[in-house]
Amino acid sequence: MPVHTRQSDDGETRTIAIEGRFDFSTHQAFRDAYEKGSEGVHHWVIDMSDTSYLDSSALGMLLLLRDYAGGDKASIHIENCNGDVRRILAISNFEQLFSIR
Amino acid sequence: MTEPENPRPLRLLIADDSNTDRLILQAMLRRQGHEVQAAEDGQAALKLYDCWQPDMVLLDVMMPRLDGVEAARQIKALAGETLVPVIFLTSLTDAGSLAQCLDAGGDDFLPKPYNPVIIEAKLRAFDRMRRMHETLSQQRDLIKARNEQLLEEQIIARRVFDNIAHTGCLNAPNIRYHASPMSVFNGDILFACPRPAGGVHLLVGDFTGHGLPAAIGALPVAEIFYGMTSKGFSGPDVLRELNQKLVRILPTGMFCCAAFADVDFRQGMLRFWNGGLPDGYLMYKSGDHQALASRHLPLGILAPERFVAAMEEYRVEPGDQLLLMTDGVLEAADEQGQHFGERRLAETLGARPTGASPVDHLVQAVQGFTGSARESDDLTLLGLRVTGQDPVALQSVSAARSAVTGPAFWRCSYQVEGQTLGQFNPLPLLLHVCMAVAGLRQHSGEIYTLLAELYNNALEHGVLELPSGWKNGPEGFSRYYAERERRLARVDGHYIRFELEHRMEGNGGQLVIRCQDSGRGFDPDAPEGEGGTSVYAGRGLSLIRQLSSGLSYNKQGNQAEVVYDWELSENGG
Repeated sequence: MPVHTRQSDDGETRTIAIEGRFDFSTHQAFRDAYEKGSEGVHHWVIDMSDTSYLDSSALGMLLLLRDYAGGDKASIHIENCNGDVRRILAISNFEQLFSIR
Repeated sequence: MTEPENPRPLRLLIADDSNTDRLILQAMLRRQGHEVQAAEDGQAALKLYDCWQPDMVLLDVMMPRLDGVEAARQIKALAGETLVPVIFLTSLTDAGSLAQCLDAGGDDFLPKPYNPVIIEAKLRAFDRMRRMHETLSQQRDLIKARNEQLLEEQIIARRVFDNIAHTGCLNAPNIRYHASPMSVFNGDILFACPRPAGGVHLLVGDFTGHGLPAAIGALPVAEIFYGMTSKGFSGPDVLRELNQKLVRILPTGMFCCAAFADVDFRQGMLRFWNGGLPDGYLMYKSGDHQALASRHLPLGILAPERFVAAMEEYRVEPGDQLLLMTDGVLEAADEQGQHFGERRLAETLGARPTGASPVDHLVQAVQGFTGSARESDDLTLLGLRVTGQDPVALQSVSAARSAVTGPAFWRCSYQVEGQTLGQFNPLPLLLHVCMAVAGLRQHSGEIYTLLAELYNNALEHGVLELPSGWKNGPEGFSRYYAERERRLARVDGHYIRFELEHRMEGNGGQLVIRCQDSGRGFDPDAPEGEGGTSVYAGRGLSLIRQLSSGLSYNKQGNQAEVVYDWELSENGG
């Protein structure tokens, strides 16, 4: 599975890590990762340490997660992006919608 | 036959030159419920095969005239893509001979003497295989037909799309572009439209996703872009409307990365907005360049109240080149999967021969990089050369005789006041009122220019009291527009009033436009261009004089009156 999830002990923070290419083929796995058993999750962390690349459909999936997590009130951090991933997020100005660190 | 283990009788062709063997087998197979025809040699078998089209063939190996091996070869050839199992009947037992039967195209062999249980089982097994083959072939043909139909539909859909999307001026002499013929189905869009008062709007975009959803999203974008631009709306107005429409119609997760440029040739000004596309390039004649980076989220994401449509402003001069592209350029890959990337892009643009079109130069470089074997199908580029004159002659609507219809005698007054001055552009509305006179439509560009010049003078100099002298040097120019934004945001207690008056005369008519503002006015008789300080302001007024039959100011200098006489021309002049 290229998508892994971990939950904090208090159950409030869920971390989703994507391995390899984050593109349309990851769609179902990514959706499962934020939908399944996520009652009580208030903070989201997308861990991109092992993400080699993301395309525009991945950007779309991040928007879907943002909607799911409460839209403008969502708390989502995107972490550990490599240069390519950071570039794509920057071109699309996603730092206006997500906290990228 | 309704026995469950043999739901459908098979048509079986058998060939054996031994009468006894043939009759035994024939009787056995008929008893099992199959339809059987028998031949005495290979030649007869071939003939029967041709006219009877059996499901399976059972052939003795050694026969006169044509032996089983050769008959099998010919039957397989006749059957073509249909699977007709051929089973050899043989009393041979050595491995070599049996293998030879299969090599010749046979599917299996039955040893003599016959065992009815084995025969029945083998026939059932081959029937299953035969039917599976049939199903697969049918499905493959169906998929092939569907695919052809889809391609056919795409070609027609593209024609429809072209009629809507390419009504603009992509073919203007100073515009170069490259797009795959099917680009609308890979989600890329590319539009150019002349503005009624001169200049052009350009839009390059890239929808997330491919195929039908992307193509459908492109249609309202084309409608809004062309519709609003040709009615005189400003870049930010068009962008806001595009964003709002896409937010409404696109599902979350789908959006449109886009770059929007407004090029004003007369003022030498580029206004630019980029949401999610790679850097655009403004390449100065001097060899320097300015990257036009994405500073906004793509269209179709932010709610209207959070959307920022402000455009950056750059001075341009004749000979400068503007280049916009989608990410297909950066992501074009060579045979090893390496991307073209930003470094190669920068090198390529740096090595552009003087005078060469950046679009042609870059497309060539990318195609050289990906190798000739690869289709460079996702490349979408748009280049524009800045010219001194407006290169896009407005296509006038040719007026029919009925053009003298519409309202002939009317007058109206329209006043924009208070904070609305900072938020609303009344020009499209005023133009719309004038265009109710059919005969005026062929002059829409001139009318718009008159309205726009009057309005901008009233707003910038009358209300905001910006000194036009600032607009001379490059620094003053940006200071002027920064100050304009600042003052506009705080404007209050002012008004700009338009009075329009029209009457028909013979084969034409007269439109009088009065524009008054609440500012302190200016001395219209003061000498212009003194020491080269007010070249730009002077240009505005002299343009109005050129286009109209008369321009006059009241004493205070806060009301201008323009008289515009028009006549219906035969060829829509």
